[in-house]
Amino acid sequence: MSYAIEAKEVSVQYKDFTAIDQVSFQLKAGKIHGLLGRNGAGKTTLLSVLSAFRKADNGTLTIDGENPFENPRIMQDTIFIFDQQKDLEYTYDKVGEMLKEMAYFRPNFDEAYALQLVKKFKLPLNKKVNQLSKGKKSAFQAIIGLASRAPLTIFDEAYLGMDAPTREIFYKEILNDQEEHPRTIIFSTHLVSEADYLFDEVLMIHNGKVLLQGTNEQVISEGFSLTGSLEQVDAFTEGLEVLNSQVLGGTKSVMVYGGLSEQQRIAADQAGLEIGNLSLHDLFVHLTKGEEE
Amino acid sequence: MSTQFRSDKPIFIQVREQIEDQIVNNQLREGEQAPSTNQLVQFYKINHATISKGVTQLVDEGILYKKRGVGMFVAEGAKQKLVQKRKQAFMDDYIIGLVQEAEKLRITENEIIDLIKKARKGDKA
Repeated sequence: MSYAIEAKEVSVQYKDFTAIDQVSFQLKAGKIHGLLGRNGAGKTTLLSVLSAFRKADNGTLTIDGENPFENPRIMQDTIFIFDQQKDLEYTYDKVGEMLKEMAYFRPNFDEAYALQLVKKFKLPLNKKVNQLSKGKKSAFQAIIGLASRAPLTIFDEAYLGMDAPTREIFYKEILNDQEEHPRTIIFSTHLVSEADYLFDEVLMIHNGKVLLQGTNEQVISEGFSLTGSLEQVDAFTEGLEVLNSQVLGGTKSVMVYGGLSEQQRIAADQAGLEIGNLSLHDLFVHLTKGEEE
Repeated sequence: MSTQFRSDKPIFIQVREQIEDQIVNNQLREGEQAPSTNQLVQFYKINHATISKGVTQLVDEGILYKKRGVGMFVAEGAKQKLVQKRKQAFMDDYIIGLVQEAEKLRITENEIIDLIKKARKGDKA
């Protein structure tokens, strides 16, 4: 089971500060959506609205056709994993007991799978949750997020504190379990380069607004690099959106956003320019760089 | 993005070529099960849609075939088909560039043949 989401002109205001500014988007059911944005872009605010932790100040939000706010059906089927290190300091229950109890709150919770994950993440079942290290606390939360198999599963920078091998296990489990039990997953991150392959679709936000949305492939195909002699590159990129450029002697390399038509591709080839692909990481870094540069 | 891919060629084509290579090299034999899309995603760290695009092409060309609920398999005659295709591409991919470069350097045909013989013996020219 998995839920589709539709947001129409959703806004969230903190006093004078507009954290989310009239955003509209649709998230397809059963896909892994990468939510990308820089620090303070509004990722967590947006996710807390999606998970019904707070109400939007304006606009409408529907999840599986209903308004999620104070909606018992949708809320029970939504799990929001975010940084709860502080709360977990006061969790004196043991890991094993906590996982057992989850079944009371989450209808799809699979305890056997949770215990498999405990082994993979090497968590001690008999240790109290507050005594776990930072990375292990995050792994504990990731286990709850995965094993709950909620139709809407949200991981908000859930990898914080995990070391690289642990993150790798986490990513692998997302893909494996998603294949067998499809749900709608939203995964927010700024570690784009190591997680980009997980995403079916990408939603990039910047300063509280949607910067772009599309399938991973669509988004990536909008960007490309061009390398060649300085004059040729400059002539070719006139009128195009250049995100970044580097010059080395007489050679120039630029990153361009906005796709390339077949004719342009042929023209670039004839001009002796080398065309390359950009990664989601390149696009993220250069599309969201702001006034500071 | 994984470093094992070149940036000047669409990645789905490179994925597809890597699977083809495995078939041509006998690492994947006819009738054997090919890696699943999910395995390929995890191995190459490349997005699902991209992998599927490469795999779908191989299915369309009859190199791989799908068994419902079981997975993907290498078709009978797949290797032969691929070798045939690669032979046709050999001219474009290797010979034309070689001849052009040789002309620039004024290397004669006989010299080219000698060089090829040396390379086959494993000597460095």
